[in-house]
Amino acid sequence: MSTQDSQRRSARTGQDEHDEVALPERAPSDMDADIDAILEEIDEVLEENAEEFVKSFVQKGGQ
Amino acid sequence: MGIETEYGISVPGHPHVNAMTTSSAVVTSYDGIAVGDRRHRARWDFDEEHPLRDARGYDMSRAEADPSQLTDDDLGLANLILTNGARLYVDHAHPEYSSPEITNPRDAVLWDRAGMEIMADAAEAATRSGPFTIQLYKNNTDNKGASYGCHENYLMRRSTPFTDIVRDLTPFFVTRQVFSGAGRVGRGQEGKEAGFQLSQRADFFEVEVGLETTLKRPIINTRDEPHADPERHRRLHVIVGDANLAEAATYLKMGSTSLVLAVIEAGGLHSELTLADPVREIHAVSHDITLQHRLTLKDGRRLTALEIQRAYLEAAAELAESQAVAGVDAQTADILARWDRVLVDLSEDPRLAADRVDWAAKLSLIDGYRRRDSLGWDSARLELVDLQYADIRASRGLALKLEASGRLERLTSIEDVTRAREYAPTDTRAYFRGECLRRYGDAVAAASWDSVIFDIPGQDALQRVPTLEPVRGTRDHVGGLLDSARTAEELLEALRAT
Repeated sequence: MSTQDSQRRSARTGQDEHDEVALPERAPSDMDADIDAILEEIDEVLEENAEEFVKSFVQKGGQ
Repeated sequence: MGIETEYGISVPGHPHVNAMTTSSAVVTSYDGIAVGDRRHRARWDFDEEHPLRDARGYDMSRAEADPSQLTDDDLGLANLILTNGARLYVDHAHPEYSSPEITNPRDAVLWDRAGMEIMADAAEAATRSGPFTIQLYKNNTDNKGASYGCHENYLMRRSTPFTDIVRDLTPFFVTRQVFSGAGRVGRGQEGKEAGFQLSQRADFFEVEVGLETTLKRPIINTRDEPHADPERHRRLHVIVGDANLAEAATYLKMGSTSLVLAVIEAGGLHSELTLADPVREIHAVSHDITLQHRLTLKDGRRLTALEIQRAYLEAAAELAESQAVAGVDAQTADILARWDRVLVDLSEDPRLAADRVDWAAKLSLIDGYRRRDSLGWDSARLELVDLQYADIRASRGLALKLEASGRLERLTSIEDVTRAREYAPTDTRAYFRGECLRRYGDAVAAASWDSVIFDIPGQDALQRVPTLEPVRGTRDHVGGLLDSARTAEELLEALRAT
């Protein structure tokens, strides 16, 4: 966390000095697993017949 | 300030149903379910509407105008004024919610959220009582060439030259989509070109400055209809933004824009960021999800959108610190910190901002489907994810699902939103308007942003109370008067005596 903070400060002040420590970023596989969990929830509620549904979403122009 | 949102409206299975009819059904249905048996019979007062007045100092003639620009014609379409001070009506075949006037970005989020929930309940009521299922979307395009807006309004001093506003605001508007874009599958107005872009609206902007809102859309809109004392105020009407689902995006969009306007009112940027070709750049920024595109400035410099945003952030922070007598106020400090944080996160990896930025949240879903199901850009399912992200039903809307599972930050509480649906902000004239409707609804004949008109039983003439000053009519200002008046007649007597 402190690493992130110092990077933020340096980015804000435009100075180059900061510790050379990687950001606490999660590994891609963890992110994929989380996304897959979301997709499973979304699969449940997604409208059926996607093609027909998006085709029939026609709007009149507005402001 | 305030936010007006036109919602996309759809009747699945019946694409040819007249959208004005269904939009009207949504609005009038809310009349039926709002606050028990209290009906909002007051009509909208169009006396002070001037949609063809140009901030550059002249009026467009009515004959010259496109019929869609004549927004001051009372066409008899559904038009309600709510007890929270908002206007709920039909605009150009879309149901629209115009929030009450608010004084800060946190309230902007709250009354915008209240509006979305009002719309969702109204659509559900219209579905229950009508022949069709009506669904509403908080988005800005049908991906077939039509666009509809989410406009922001900011009160400014009349004395600030409009040319200064155009010069210093245009580069900000071209680049703020890095955090305020709602994300879109497809490029070009009709969405025919494959791929993802940051903004729903960007491709619909064709000129730099202009009066139109429905065609040849300008990055800076010049509609000069202050709904306030025109000698002192200007209402900056911003049409360039996307409708956001992420509350944090609405918050930062309103907050950062307010701070940039404060910089302009204080004399402007120290060094200009004028772009060589703003219209081309607003499309280019939106089309580059890597955020690496360099915009060409008039002075020859080439900067990324994040660098330009950083320059605005630094100017805003400097002004806030120089103006603060007892330290920067908490909300301004919060906006500045969030603005800084989102620029840092976006430069590292946009996925780090997926809990606050709509396009990043949407793109994570789109990328997930492409990877898991090997979908190509031509897949209708990707377009459906884009569309359904903006579905405002809690049971189906994908943004609302992300929010409910804690993946999208929520700033409002359920209790505050429930209250904001019924009650106006207490620190603007919306308080007077909303409370008059709530307390003396039967005696209010009409109302608008700058007036409340009473029809007192037994009196021939209507009584018009002008509310031209946006920060008068607050609870501090009129709360005591309202509390002491049991009827509208007593209120008017008390007002005459002051």
